[in-house]
Amino acid sequence: MTTKKDKVVELKSAVVRFAGDSGDGMQLTGSLFSDSTAFAGNDFATFPDFPSEIRAPQGTISGVSGFQIHFGQKSVHTTGDLADVLVAMNPASLKANLKWIKDDAIIIIDSDSFTDKNLEKAGWTSNPLEDDTLIDHQVIKAPLTEMTRESVKDLDLDNKSALKSKNMFALGVIFYLFNRDYTKTFSYFESKFKKNPLVVEANKKVLAAGYNYAETMEAFTNTFRIEKANLKKGRYRNVTGNLATAWGFLAAAERSGRNIYLGSYPITPATDILQELSKHKQFTCITQQAEDEIAGIVSTIGGSFAGALAITTTSGPGLSLKSEAIGLAVITELPMVIVDVQRGGPSTGLPTKSEQSDLMQALYGRNGEAPVIVIAASSASDAFYSAYESAKLAMEHMTPVILLTDGSIGNGSEVFRIPKVADLPAIHPPIAKANDPDYKPYKRNPEKLNRLWAVAGTPGLRHRLGGLEKEDITGNVSHDPINHQKMTDLRQEKVMRVANYIPELKVEGDSEGDVLVVGWGGTYGVLLTAVEELREEGKSISLAHFKHIMPLPKNVEDVFSKFKKIIVCEINMGQFVNYLRMTHPDFKYEQYNKVQGLPFMVSELKTKFDAFLNE
Amino acid sequence: MDQKIELQEIELTKLDFESDQMVKWCPGCGDHAILKSVENVFPLVGEKLGYKKEDFVVVSGIGCSSRFPYYMNTYGIHGIHGRAAALAMGIKLTNPKLCVWMISGDGDSMAIGGNHFIHIARRNPDINYLMFNNQIYGLTKGQYSPTTPKGQKTKTSPQGSFEPPFNAGNLVIGAGGKFFARAIDTDIKLMQQVFLEAGLHHGTSIVEILQNCVIFNNKAHELISGKETKYDYQLILEAGKPMLFGKNKEKGLILDGTQLKVVTLGENGITLDDILVHDPTTEDAGIHTMLASMKAPEFPVALGVIRSVVSETLEDAVWNSVEHEKEVSPYKTVDELLNSGNTWEIE
Repeated sequence: MTTKKDKVVELKSAVVRFAGDSGDGMQLTGSLFSDSTAFAGNDFATFPDFPSEIRAPQGTISGVSGFQIHFGQKSVHTTGDLADVLVAMNPASLKANLKWIKDDAIIIIDSDSFTDKNLEKAGWTSNPLEDDTLIDHQVIKAPLTEMTRESVKDLDLDNKSALKSKNMFALGVIFYLFNRDYTKTFSYFESKFKKNPLVVEANKKVLAAGYNYAETMEAFTNTFRIEKANLKKGRYRNVTGNLATAWGFLAAAERSGRNIYLGSYPITPATDILQELSKHKQFTCITQQAEDEIAGIVSTIGGSFAGALAITTTSGPGLSLKSEAIGLAVITELPMVIVDVQRGGPSTGLPTKSEQSDLMQALYGRNGEAPVIVIAASSASDAFYSAYESAKLAMEHMTPVILLTDGSIGNGSEVFRIPKVADLPAIHPPIAKANDPDYKPYKRNPEKLNRLWAVAGTPGLRHRLGGLEKEDITGNVSHDPINHQKMTDLRQEKVMRVANYIPELKVEGDSEGDVLVVGWGGTYGVLLTAVEELREEGKSISLAHFKHIMPLPKNVEDVFSKFKKIIVCEINMGQFVNYLRMTHPDFKYEQYNKVQGLPFMVSELKTKFDAFLNE
Repeated sequence: MDQKIELQEIELTKLDFESDQMVKWCPGCGDHAILKSVENVFPLVGEKLGYKKEDFVVVSGIGCSSRFPYYMNTYGIHGIHGRAAALAMGIKLTNPKLCVWMISGDGDSMAIGGNHFIHIARRNPDINYLMFNNQIYGLTKGQYSPTTPKGQKTKTSPQGSFEPPFNAGNLVIGAGGKFFARAIDTDIKLMQQVFLEAGLHHGTSIVEILQNCVIFNNKAHELISGKETKYDYQLILEAGKPMLFGKNKEKGLILDGTQLKVVTLGENGITLDDILVHDPTTEDAGIHTMLASMKAPEFPVALGVIRSVVSETLEDAVWNSVEHEKEVSPYKTVDELLNSGNTWEIE
């Protein structure tokens, strides 16, 4: 592909950030670059960064949409701190992203968009292309708009349609910079726009023009190559966390022989799960877009009573609305999974930004003593396994499970090694047999303390459930004080015994040492990267990352006791650390928290950990 | 005592649906008569539509009426306040072969559960929805409900309620509902007839039962149910029959311009031919809305099946789509889905 002989620099990893107006197609550009990265054999992780408005005023900072990809020849666990390369399609996107790029980053700019009007809209007082704002950077000022128009002038396109493919010109330039084969992307155009051959042709021409422009202009002093990553043998694909969550449930349904019932209400950033599952009626996956969050979960309880793998998906504000109904699922001891794709709160908060601040709500946000299993996915691909495990535990232990993911997991994507459904652990829901003469609604398995799942419609098992306290064994309504204590204890103990059915807490790095970093959920990648980098520098630091929050793994005390100091890092004000202080009070916990709607950066964590090691 | 577990198939009778639990409604409460009527109707619905006893599911929200599932020997869930419609819908969508009945009250349906009430009417799943309307909050001991008449004094409206009430029929029909009927707890025969028609109707059948709360709103429906007054204030609708009422069926309804009007046969030249004939099956809801809206004492209150229009049910639409997708989907297994689209092999 590369015909000229520019200097090619080998890199271990790189971070590229595409930024433009929300109508500029930056998400598509990013995802096409991701596909190309996959073909190049690198490991990668991506994160879209878009405004909560669908079309914020054009050209303004609030309308900037971004997409970041971190790719490398080693395992990539994060979406990258600061970018090595920035594509800025207009003055607003340059302004919004300058703080997210390295000091020596390469910046590719559509110089045609730097008009006085656009500069003013973005709030630049002088033109950054003409003053010394970008003095440290290698800036490629390309008249993208004009060259795009020029490259499709032979096609019979109006001006607006012609300029729609401007993002492909930028992509072509980036493909050249990273020595990618741009023809592989043609098949995407051919399938995406198959009804409109003219658009296929336009995109092909513009992409090639971008590539050729970069080559001919000798715009870069060198290009880059990143060797193939040493990934485990197998078939791979790219998944977002929301997609992986949906597919994990489909796998669990198939493996358990249950149909899915999903009752959900659209809410950012969880809606993708509802949308994805809505596509898969062929697997008898029944989805209902409910009239509100409450109807979503309550219909899900109905689905569970009728024997489905019952799921509802939401984000923090929706979880608040579902609280009462989760209590009903707790007391009726019906299995269901409640997915909370966490976002910035409180209230409407920051709908498109990520946070870990629903932990306490998941654990305790209900009236009465209402324990549920709480699981937190640690990455986009782990969301598949977390969804699967949530479904398995819900059904096998007859209890609601809250699965916490977050906006960065849900919308972020990474490389996923495709499993075979048959290789996943078997799921055995405790279905009551028809006409079982010994069936009692609240008779329990002595090991798990779960009751049987007597699916409505089964002959010989008619029974009533409900929100009033249940008498032990019979399930009749009971106001007896001793019975209430007993049932409260049983519901709690049933959830605690799940600890016998989950893996132990693992330590990344040495199992003893100076500092143990503790995290949970979506911060896994960034914590691991920071810890690994410090370990390479010879520091005595390890990571214990929690996926099982309620109940906690059984070996927490063993793990914690082998370290001199513990630091718990969370994207909230310290919810998990306080939970640990309550459940494991014998340890002293340092905490590191951030609530800015932004993920941790490896660099800030390393600085913090370094200081903590030296204290 | 244990919940009853039956072991063998027998022909269904009322006894099959009676629970062994003590019924704890107040003596004299209208709910007792409703329970008896439902117990009588289930075997008939089962016989006509082929449901076995294990196919019946009774769900409810919160309120006096909502204790109902505990008093029936069926599958049942006593849910949370206002949300029984959602519960019922989840059950019916998951397993359309179940015969789902839902019990609710005026507060449960039209205050806290108002949203679900209009949406179930719009979606039309085959659910039989019995809404007990006593125009008061009974379980919380006497506060006004969304159907309490304006001006009525209750514990939370000591100066008289400031709010105009809802008319349940208008809500149902306005929301696109296909079946609305009204019955009264003092007329067991009519209740059974209406419940049976609701049970046989394929779609959401909402039945408002004018029910008396002896403790907190006694005689709220007295004008309609009273021995002396009922003939003048009840219009029992029957499909294909003229809309006549009065002790000797001497009064009737005609359309005067765009309004209903009460007339007397023989007066001003009115004959039987002038009286409106009831047709619950017209898609056009104009007359149904007017009938549902009639209030005593200006008009008789319409009882019986006011509207009954056949339309595709939600679960039929969803499950037809499931069958269709099974035929056309390129993915027969989850493995095929996981391996679809852009994938690559690492050797």
